[in-house]
Amino acid sequence: MSTQSASARETTEGTVYTVTGGDWDEVVQTAARADDERIVVNMGPQHPSTHGVLRLILEIDGETVTEARCGIGYLHTGIEKNLEFRTWTQGTTFVTRMDYLTSFFNETGYCLAVEKLLGIEDQIPDRASIIRVLLMELNRLSSHLVCIATGGMELGATTIMIYGFRDRELVLDIYELITGLRMNHAYIRPGGLAQDLPPGAVDQIREFVKKMRKNLPEYDKLATGNPVFKARMQGIGYLDLAGCMALGATGPILRSAGLPHDLRKAQPYCGYETYDFDVPTADTCDSYGRFLIRLEEMRQSLRIIEQCLDRLEPGPVMVADKKIAWPAQLALGPDGLGNSLDHIKQIMGTSMESLIHHFKLVTEGFRVPPGQAYAAVESPKGELGVHVVSDGGTRPYRVHYRDPSFTNLQAMAAMCEGGQVADVIVAVASIDPVMGGVDR
Amino acid sequence: MSDANGNGVNPEKDLGTDNLPGQRGEGGEEIRVQRGMFGASNGGDTSGYGGLVRSVRLPGPATRPYGGWFDEVADELEGALEEQGLVPENVIEKTVVDRDEITFHIEREHLVRVAQTLRDDPALRFELCTGVSGVHYPGDKGRELHAVYHLRSITHNRLIRLEVSAPDGDPHIPSLVSVYPTNDWHERETYDFFGIVFDGHPALTRIMMPDDWQGFPQRKDYPLGGIPVEYKGAQIPAPDQRRSYS
Repeated sequence: MSTQSASARETTEGTVYTVTGGDWDEVVQTAARADDERIVVNMGPQHPSTHGVLRLILEIDGETVTEARCGIGYLHTGIEKNLEFRTWTQGTTFVTRMDYLTSFFNETGYCLAVEKLLGIEDQIPDRASIIRVLLMELNRLSSHLVCIATGGMELGATTIMIYGFRDRELVLDIYELITGLRMNHAYIRPGGLAQDLPPGAVDQIREFVKKMRKNLPEYDKLATGNPVFKARMQGIGYLDLAGCMALGATGPILRSAGLPHDLRKAQPYCGYETYDFDVPTADTCDSYGRFLIRLEEMRQSLRIIEQCLDRLEPGPVMVADKKIAWPAQLALGPDGLGNSLDHIKQIMGTSMESLIHHFKLVTEGFRVPPGQAYAAVESPKGELGVHVVSDGGTRPYRVHYRDPSFTNLQAMAAMCEGGQVADVIVAVASIDPVMGGVDR
Repeated sequence: MSDANGNGVNPEKDLGTDNLPGQRGEGGEEIRVQRGMFGASNGGDTSGYGGLVRSVRLPGPATRPYGGWFDEVADELEGALEEQGLVPENVIEKTVVDRDEITFHIEREHLVRVAQTLRDDPALRFELCTGVSGVHYPGDKGRELHAVYHLRSITHNRLIRLEVSAPDGDPHIPSLVSVYPTNDWHERETYDFFGIVFDGHPALTRIMMPDDWQGFPQRKDYPLGGIPVEYKGAQIPAPDQRRSYS
């Protein structure tokens, strides 16, 4: 360190000190000479840009990321273990909370697996399947909107964030009307649905589709051709097809590498083979391609939603098998949602057997024949696989979720290493991980 | 529904033994014997169900033909294994076909070779592994820990399941990370929750639980935990202390 921080000079006015940068020149010179400039930076787990409690451990050399690793587990809630202590029906209440932005996909995946174990896939009423598709596509919209909104915000594009959350709110209003809740619905149950659509739901969804058709082009106008947006997104988070296959990445990441793999087309469920829609792809393998794919998928979702609405015919929304279907006839009472008065009158007043049946089915639950099943749905993030094992009891023996966020997040290192620190944010945003799903 | 009582139960149709769910007759593989009901094991059970004995059986091995494309995959796999100088019967312990899904039970020492074959053989080409799911069967002596893999072929649009078992005393299964790098985190997760040691994994550490955690939480002998909750004057026991009907 130099002892003198300012040089003195005598003038006719007295002593004049020239204050300079002190020893900074020295510091800079030393820094330039040293070749070991690597530092390890912890980003998260409490960081606004890491999509929840994700911890990124970055080794950086100047502005370049030389190594990137993820630390996860901060949101582990033991849902898979908890499921083993509840009935099969209660399971939906838990799985809906895994990836909380794709609730209906979690519920559908679980129910499809349980229905496969029960061997009742063919007995699910059409109306229930159509409403499942309808809700899943609405959910795809709301999930992609959050992805684009938060992704934009992390770039500093707050207008996109406002637009995204504005439109998501419309979807959440529909959820609230149909299921009573904005999140964590537990609406799709093994065998069908908890209850039918309420009056006015179809009209509100039609209104929403109309509004979204008007709103979606705004994202195009705002972002798609925007040079700043493109400069931040293009070529960032690069992962080609070989990388995707090796790392098991699915969903928009895989499709941005040009492979039109979509379980809705490849292994259709809930009658997806009868709907008319396209699977968008890109060949850029980067964040920008994934953004375009998500935007296009939202348009395709609107198409599917319209087809669902056109197909809805009155009918049951639960299997006819009364050993699986809850006897509940839900109705809105003065103190919230509950069993209808007619049903209460029957079980409390006229039929003791009905009461026993109701009590047994709700407290004990139904038994599922032993064996295992795997059901996969195309969630907004990729292949959501559900592995369910039964030992013939009234509770799941084991439920395992192959959450796409968990698998896709592994690709973070491959996407970020060698890039700049600022691009880590863009790459992670394009993976669209939701920690509730990653950690479960 | 033709139920006269309006309770959804039709005595003639519903109460036959064929119609009892959760039963698999004498076939299949026994994995456990369940005694009693309601989870009451130490006195106090006046239900009369305390003496119930039920054997829990999972679907057993299937015989040829398996049906559909299952035979094609099985033939190709056996052929490819023979080409590598392996005896398929020594590699594939059994093949189970249940609920339109095919499961190959693989001897653990051959797992990597089988996975490599399934991935690389053009006629098989299972290029996508959807990770591993652990299952703990404490009653299945000598094969307590199972690792279940689902492999997807995008080329041929197929899905198969591989199942590998290891005894509790020697919980080692070879790692598939060299064949399917995506299994990196999945194997760490299964190690974390079940204590299955995947030999050859580049860094087998805990992923969800804290690094210094004791025990493997998703094993069946690991308690769920929880505290009793008071609700409208009544004590509701913790979830794992509640009456079980299984």
